[in-house]
Amino acid sequence: MRRFRSWYWLALGSALLVTAVIAVANGAVAVSIDAVFDALLGRGDPTAIAIVRDLRLPRVALGALVGAGLGASGAALQGALRNPLAEPYLLGVSGGAAVGAVIAFAVGATSDAVITLAGFAGGIAAVFVALGVARVGARTARADVRTLLIAGVIVGAFANAAIMVALANSSPNNIRGALWWMMGSAADATWQRVGWLAVSILFAGGALVYWAREIDVLSLGEDTAASLGVDVERAGRRAFLIAALLAAATVAAAGLIGFVGLVVPHIARAMGLRAHRPLIIASALTAATLVVAADLAARTVAAPTELPLGAITALLGVPFFLIQLRRVA
Amino acid sequence: MIAFKDLVVSYPGVAHNAVDGVSFVAERGRLTALAGPNGSGKSSIVRALLRRADILRGVATLGRDVGTLSYAELARGIAVVPQREEPAFPVQVREYVALGRYPHLGLWRSPSRDDEAAVAEALAQAGVVDLSDRNTDALSGGEWQRVRIARALAQKAPAIVLDEPTTFLDVAHEMAIFELLFSLARSGLAVLLVSHQLNLVARFADTIVVLDHGRIAISGGPNDVMRADRLESIYEWPVVISRDPAIGAPALVPLRRPLHH
Repeated sequence: MRRFRSWYWLALGSALLVTAVIAVANGAVAVSIDAVFDALLGRGDPTAIAIVRDLRLPRVALGALVGAGLGASGAALQGALRNPLAEPYLLGVSGGAAVGAVIAFAVGATSDAVITLAGFAGGIAAVFVALGVARVGARTARADVRTLLIAGVIVGAFANAAIMVALANSSPNNIRGALWWMMGSAADATWQRVGWLAVSILFAGGALVYWAREIDVLSLGEDTAASLGVDVERAGRRAFLIAALLAAATVAAAGLIGFVGLVVPHIARAMGLRAHRPLIIASALTAATLVVAADLAARTVAAPTELPLGAITALLGVPFFLIQLRRVA
Repeated sequence: MIAFKDLVVSYPGVAHNAVDGVSFVAERGRLTALAGPNGSGKSSIVRALLRRADILRGVATLGRDVGTLSYAELARGIAVVPQREEPAFPVQVREYVALGRYPHLGLWRSPSRDDEAAVAEALAQAGVVDLSDRNTDALSGGEWQRVRIARALAQKAPAIVLDEPTTFLDVAHEMAIFELLFSLARSGLAVLLVSHQLNLVARFADTIVVLDHGRIAISGGPNDVMRADRLESIYEWPVVISRDPAIGAPALVPLRRPLHH
């Protein structure tokens, strides 16, 4: 088991690196692998340097970070909520973030930072509304996991309705911007955006890894977790909040990228991982690789037209999930 | 030792108290059974012990008032096998039982030799060593219950509480679980067993506490508790008491026709 693990981590890490290098080298203008490394070191053709350093690298980094955030968030949520169908967007985060961004578009905001921030704020607001709804919905003062899940779905549905109302009253231009954002894209990657997503993922992802063993216990069910010394309500709420924070940060940075947070933890489990500490890390690495690959496909498959990244990940995710279902059945 | 003194538990929005002034002790080395009709307050007592229900009055103690213990201290003092449990994702039996060490390990400490020994001993005590490499979703009902007991034993707490551990089990598996619990009690644990199976309880328990509407209706040894007149009024059903042919323990036989109507 142990020997298997070490080469396994190496494989996951190398897969991400190799995919990233390929993604940096390919695109509208192909750059040879040698030229990529030269450009990284600041040598050779200035155009290649500009393409690699200012366009491709931030985009690949953003894709990897978004994937990592969604993978870690999904793995933690599925365990804490004890639900294999739980995913980062299920809890109203995506809907809330979309409402925030769409409102920003609707009032005519064009600044990248404002829209990003509005998306993030919307996502976090939705999570707190869901937590509040769950607390009111629960008969006792304690919000149990199922109520939380239902509350998230309800908040998400409400957010979708709000988006439609906002879009119905928007100019075509704003609708296009909002739609593109809702389909998910790493095209607008800037180093600034990469920077702050990296910080969010480092903190929130680190927190999930820190509390991972508590999630192991939570996944046994509330009664058992309580008997093992876990403050079930607090631990559940904590995992939920941190995972939601991660998801909101990714949505703010690159819009909605579906299926990654749902499918990747199942892939990691299929590799034999069970304990949540390695599971969260492996899910992050795997999802990062997948999103970088999907983004490469998004910008090369139908070039010069760029496909929405969220659509690609969903197209790849569905067959993956069906195979998984067949395996279980 | 687990002790309850004048315990009152209530749930918000419910008119009557779920537990209404219950006092009894479950001593080390003894098997104490908690019986009574559905809704008589058995599970609420277990919840109160784990600080999962609001204690309105009285105390549940584990050496100290449970309200003064941290959750981890509580879990080191008492292990619980709840009524229902299904891991969200199947885990290997050995890893599952090892989660019983969580109250000792916390978030970061890696398992020491002592922790590994505790897990190995728990697997052996519950008789599930052979299942160690299996996944929890590949176990039969009886195997799963034993594995859950092993997880609780890995906690190495001086007291263990089991809530209906033999529901859905056939006769042989049910008997095997009761024999296991009996030997655990004799090995020095305080065993508190919540069970509907009065007849089995009467053959294994040292003390039986029968609850009715949140209060203790009868308590004592099997011969004190297994009395037709009292049990008839508690369960509101006609019964007779016969004897187990092997050890002469009292056995309850519910009759066909209801008393009222």
